[in-house]
Amino acid sequence: MHDIAQSASQFINLDAVTIIYLFIVGFVGGLVSGFIGSGGAFVLTPAMMSLGVPGLVAVASNMCHKFPKALIGSIKRAKYGQVDVKLGVVLGISAEAGVLYGAHIQESIKKTFGDAGSNLYVSMSFVVILAVVGGFVLRDAWKTYKSGNANAEEKVTKLARWVQSINIPGTMVYFKSLNARISVLFTIPLGFATGMLAATIAVGGFIGVPSMIYVMGAPSLMASATELVIAFVMGLGGTFKYAMHGMVDIRLAMIILAGSLFGIQLGAIGTTYVKPFMIKVVMGIIMVIVLFSRALMVPVYLSQLHLIQPMADGTVKLLKNTSFAIMIAALAIGAFIVLKAMWQGRRAERLSSQEALGHVKA
Amino acid sequence: MSAFQNKTKKRPYGAMIFAGLVSCALYAALLIKQDVVNSYFSLGGAYAFLPIATAFVFSFVHGSFTGNFWTVLGVEAAKKKKEVH
Repeated sequence: MHDIAQSASQFINLDAVTIIYLFIVGFVGGLVSGFIGSGGAFVLTPAMMSLGVPGLVAVASNMCHKFPKALIGSIKRAKYGQVDVKLGVVLGISAEAGVLYGAHIQESIKKTFGDAGSNLYVSMSFVVILAVVGGFVLRDAWKTYKSGNANAEEKVTKLARWVQSINIPGTMVYFKSLNARISVLFTIPLGFATGMLAATIAVGGFIGVPSMIYVMGAPSLMASATELVIAFVMGLGGTFKYAMHGMVDIRLAMIILAGSLFGIQLGAIGTTYVKPFMIKVVMGIIMVIVLFSRALMVPVYLSQLHLIQPMADGTVKLLKNTSFAIMIAALAIGAFIVLKAMWQGRRAERLSSQEALGHVKA
Repeated sequence: MSAFQNKTKKRPYGAMIFAGLVSCALYAALLIKQDVVNSYFSLGGAYAFLPIATAFVFSFVHGSFTGNFWTVLGVEAAKKKKEVH
């Protein structure tokens, strides 16, 4: 890895258009991350690569913008009482181990099956995990919406009640977000899986947040805020690993950070205006749309591995561009829902304060 | 009463302008001196602390600017915080 990054010559030249492009993608990614705890990163790596940035430099620079962004986002959301720092750090440490193991698996696959094999593995992970978890999250959000109980307090799932009921002496830790003691023997594999997913598809939160909600019993708002702590721990460790090999293009990382710090503050503010189930709505919708984006690429990699008939160059290009466009659309739709929900929440608050003022005058 | 307090609440213009200027200076330095920056930051090894320290400094300064930016625009958290205990 060090050889690839021996010189800074592989860092791209930056022009005004590139800077504005990265700033905007960073802003939208930050907005979504501030709201659901993660989610912007999966677009940023391909976005950088579309500018000609080598894959590893894109991953490294993405990591380097992720941890300071998560830090600022978690500080902001901690002010609203939504962060469980202890749970975030405990999950973050095991997630770090998951990142290292996930990266090791990636390297082995790349060595054995080449780039196409590695890409197929990443895309299949996207499709399978996002279909299962995304489908579940969206179904749950839809059920809450249909039941008319969107304002009611979230119920702890049966699975989470069972997890909280298991007492394994010497491993029990109290977490304020759960208002219960659970065994770290449950948090370790969940954190590990979060890290493995982060190393594979760049967004550990798609496992981290649902597992905190459905397996441990954390409220949605706290789960999404605590995910930012996990992202900080993972991002810091990951950045260090890549920076040791000189892979971080700090210019790219800081330009994306410039946009994402505007976004993450706004996304964090947005969480104070919405009903908790909106976290699940945004997360589920993004996951399902991204799933289609990656599914489109599966035949391309299968043909590169000669597992199906070779595809024409034009078809490959079309599928690649459509897949990237759907990914951008997923993020844009997520950002639109966040902004709309926030706008409606602010309007409702303004109206109620005007009404209250009217009553006082009367 | 609360609406009145809201209207008269002091907005952090000074803090926003100060953090904004420092942030601009940091970004200007990074982009103007990008060749020097790239040559040191890509060395790896013990130089790994450089991108990490830079990320912390930029996030502190620019994070303070963006936070105050939304406050100055009046985009703040809902008055009734959804705190979870």
